[in-house]
Amino acid sequence: MDRKLYILQRLTALVLLPLIIGHLIVILYAIKGGLTSAEILGRTQGSLWWGLFYGLFVVSVAVHAPIGLRNILKEWTPLNNQTSSVVSFLFGLLLLILGSKALVGVIF
Amino acid sequence: MTTLRVKIWRGNENEEGEFQTFDVPARENQTILDVVTEVQRVQEPGLSYRFACRVGVCGSCAMTVNGKPRWTCRTHINAVAKDGEITIEPLRNMPVIKDLTCDMTEFFQKWQKAGGKFDGTITRKDPVATLPPSDLKRQKADAGIECINCAVCYSACDTVNWDSDYLGPAALNRAWTLVNDERAANRQEVLDKAIGDSGCSSCHSQGNCTAACPVGLSPSQSIHGLKRMSLLSFLGKGI
Repeated sequence: MDRKLYILQRLTALVLLPLIIGHLIVILYAIKGGLTSAEILGRTQGSLWWGLFYGLFVVSVAVHAPIGLRNILKEWTPLNNQTSSVVSFLFGLLLLILGSKALVGVIF
Repeated sequence: MTTLRVKIWRGNENEEGEFQTFDVPARENQTILDVVTEVQRVQEPGLSYRFACRVGVCGSCAMTVNGKPRWTCRTHINAVAKDGEITIEPLRNMPVIKDLTCDMTEFFQKWQKAGGKFDGTITRKDPVATLPPSDLKRQKADAGIECINCAVCYSACDTVNWDSDYLGPAALNRAWTLVNDERAANRQEVLDKAIGDSGCSSCHSQGNCTAACPVGLSPSQSIHGLKRMSLLSFLGKGI
C-alpha cells in the first residue's frame, strides 16, 4: 500500500510539474490586458486542448495531494493509519469534485 | 576548569524520572563513558547504563549527549562540554528500561522485518564466492556494510519519532547491502520487505541518520537507492 502510494505520488508529481509551469505562464499572459471572465472563457470554452490540460491537472492533483496529506495525518496527528487513509481519500474526492466542477464551468 | 557538572537522566520504564546533577573531577583525557563510569563507581552505584568494548567497536554505549545521539566511548568531553556542563540522556525512539539503558528489542525486530537476515546461495562445501571489488553492486553493498547496530541513526531519525512503525535507517541500510549482495539468495524478498509498508517510502530524506552515524555511513543514500529500486522494479526492471 505505502509503496504503491509512494510511486503514484512521484508519477503524478512528474505529470504536475510541466502542467504547473504551463499554468503559471498562462496566468502571467492572461493578466496582461486586464483580467475579464469573457477573455478567459473566450480562450477556454470549447477548447479540447485546455480541457485535456486542466482535466489531467485536476486528476493528478486529486491523486497527488491526498497521499501527502495521509502522511502528514499519520505522522503529526493522533489519527491511526486507517482513519488517516479515509480522511485523505475524502479530501481527494472533494478536490476531484471541485476541480471537475470548475473544469466543466470553463470548458463547456 | 577542575570540575564537570554532569546532568544525568534517572528514570524508570514508565518514562517517569528527572535529571540528577553530579560534580565529577575534570581530567586531561576523559570520554563521556569515563564520566558515566566514574559517577556509577564513585557516587551513584544504582546508575544503569550499557557498555562493553569501550573503544568504538561494539556500539553498546550510545546515549544522547547534549541533545545528540553519540557513542559515549568515542566522545571526548572537550568536544561537547559547554561551560563545564554536560547533559546525558538515554537514546531517543526506544523505551527506557532504567536511567540510560534502552530496550532495543523493537530496533532489532525491525532489522528482521526489513529482511535483514542473510540467506546464502552456496554451502560450506562449495568454493568461496569471488567478489571483484570493481563490481558496482559490490561497491554499493560495501558502502553500507560497516554498520554495527548501535542505533544512533535510529535515535536521530525524526521519522521514527513521528511514525513508530517506520523501519528506520539502520534496518533499511542493512536491506540495501543485502539487495546488492550477489551471494544473497533472497534479494527480491528483502527488497519487497524494505519497500513495503512503513519501509523506505516513509523516509523524508532529512539526513539526520547520515549526520549522526559515528562510522560515517550514509543510511540516507542507502534508502535513496531502495526508493530508486522500488520505482524501477515497479516499471518492470528486476534487481
